[in-house]
Amino acid sequence: MKKTMRYALLPLAVLTLAACTSAPSGTDYEKLTAEVVKASFQDRGIAKVDRLNQDEANRLCSAADVAGEQLDEKQAKAIEEANLKLVKWPTDGKFLGDWKLGEQIAQSGRGMTWSDTATTVNGGNCYNCHQISKEEISFGNLGPSLYNYGKLRGVADPASDAAKPIVEYTWGKLWNARAYNACSQMPRAGHMGILTQEQIQHVMALLLDPQSPVNK
Amino acid sequence: MKPSVATRLTLMSVAVLAGLGQAHAQNSTAEGIAKYREMLQDGNPAELFEAKGEDLWKQKRGPKNVSLEQCDLGKGPGVIEGAFVELPRFFKDTGRVQDLETRLITCMETLQGFNAAEIVKTPFGRGEMANVTALATYVATASKGMRFNLPQTHAQEKNMYEVGKRLFFARGGPHDFACASCHATDGGRIRLQDLPNLTKNPGDGVGFAAWPAYRVSNAQMWGMQLRLNDCYRQQRFPEPKFGSDATIALGVYMGVNAKTAESIVPAIKR
Repeated sequence: MKKTMRYALLPLAVLTLAACTSAPSGTDYEKLTAEVVKASFQDRGIAKVDRLNQDEANRLCSAADVAGEQLDEKQAKAIEEANLKLVKWPTDGKFLGDWKLGEQIAQSGRGMTWSDTATTVNGGNCYNCHQISKEEISFGNLGPSLYNYGKLRGVADPASDAAKPIVEYTWGKLWNARAYNACSQMPRAGHMGILTQEQIQHVMALLLDPQSPVNK
Repeated sequence: MKPSVATRLTLMSVAVLAGLGQAHAQNSTAEGIAKYREMLQDGNPAELFEAKGEDLWKQKRGPKNVSLEQCDLGKGPGVIEGAFVELPRFFKDTGRVQDLETRLITCMETLQGFNAAEIVKTPFGRGEMANVTALATYVATASKGMRFNLPQTHAQEKNMYEVGKRLFFARGGPHDFACASCHATDGGRIRLQDLPNLTKNPGDGVGFAAWPAYRVSNAQMWGMQLRLNDCYRQQRFPEPKFGSDATIALGVYMGVNAKTAESIVPAIKR
């Protein structure tokens, strides 16, 4: 950290000079990037510059992406285990809410941009990347299709013991997607405070309630 | 009587929207939008911004009352043809890598006597910032049909590429998003919006080779600076300062990746 701060004050020209003798290394570029980030962004509305502070998982996953490599297995496992511990299970013991409200949350892409306010009700952004119900034809494809999510996994009664593993997995996935996939592209809806416990219960119902159009 | 651009836009919007509910919505929508763009090409409102930019380029303006006709955009004073497809690049006089918009502001300051710091702080679409967008549209249009070929000879140009690459993959903010979350795969979509893969040449007139563009949905002309600004807004990041090194570095990364892609600027977007 101290080292980064020292380099943070040096201009681009330093690396230019270094380049005369030897090519800059990857570490030099990391430092240069940190300096550029520091100088380039400003607070706007609710989006403050502290959002640029990466946690360990984001730092490792970003570095792997730059290198075009997979995270090594040991690091991936460590991230998954740490994030699984951070999952908060429903305080009222209720996993499923109302699928109709879940559909509204899945449709909404609102919240947490600098043009939103602190009181904007956040959406789940789900349809941006996933097919979910059959009726909604405007869906993205960056994530897998979730149509028939519960049905395909044999969930006839979400309250049954038989359904328990898949119900718990789904909760964990929505709360903190990194619990099961270290460098998942999916936002950590519960962990990062994007959705509340109640909102996640509604999205759970959209995916797992046999009455939800997702499972028809 | 020839219908006005606005009337034609409205009629075509209705036609496109009517096609949305049909079977094979994914395909027909993409086709509908492509057709819509094609129909607009002979009445692209970007032409109005291009014409405004041409006037601004030739007019004597600013405290020094001179035109921009001696502005050096990288190919010598006054040369605009081919300048856009080689930007961002390193400029000796400023000692910086600059994109089209920041370079135009340098010329407005050095030749015309405008206050660059003040222009940079002006919101998009207002005052001299709106003029910068019009000028960028005019200059970029002079390279229409030419292929991207950014220089990578100066050490700072190479540094900017490497920094841009790291910024592109940097995950952060409350949603853990990076540019790469949406723009690192082929055939990706957010809802029905196709996403270019910007880690390589995404094809002619796609991605970096399509901005400045006229946006039909809000009737605005957007340069690359505003395009990046709105990407970061949706990414839930704090705001990139206009012309900051982060925006320049991303421009270099995308521009170098787009080598040999044909510029269709000024493009038209939904």
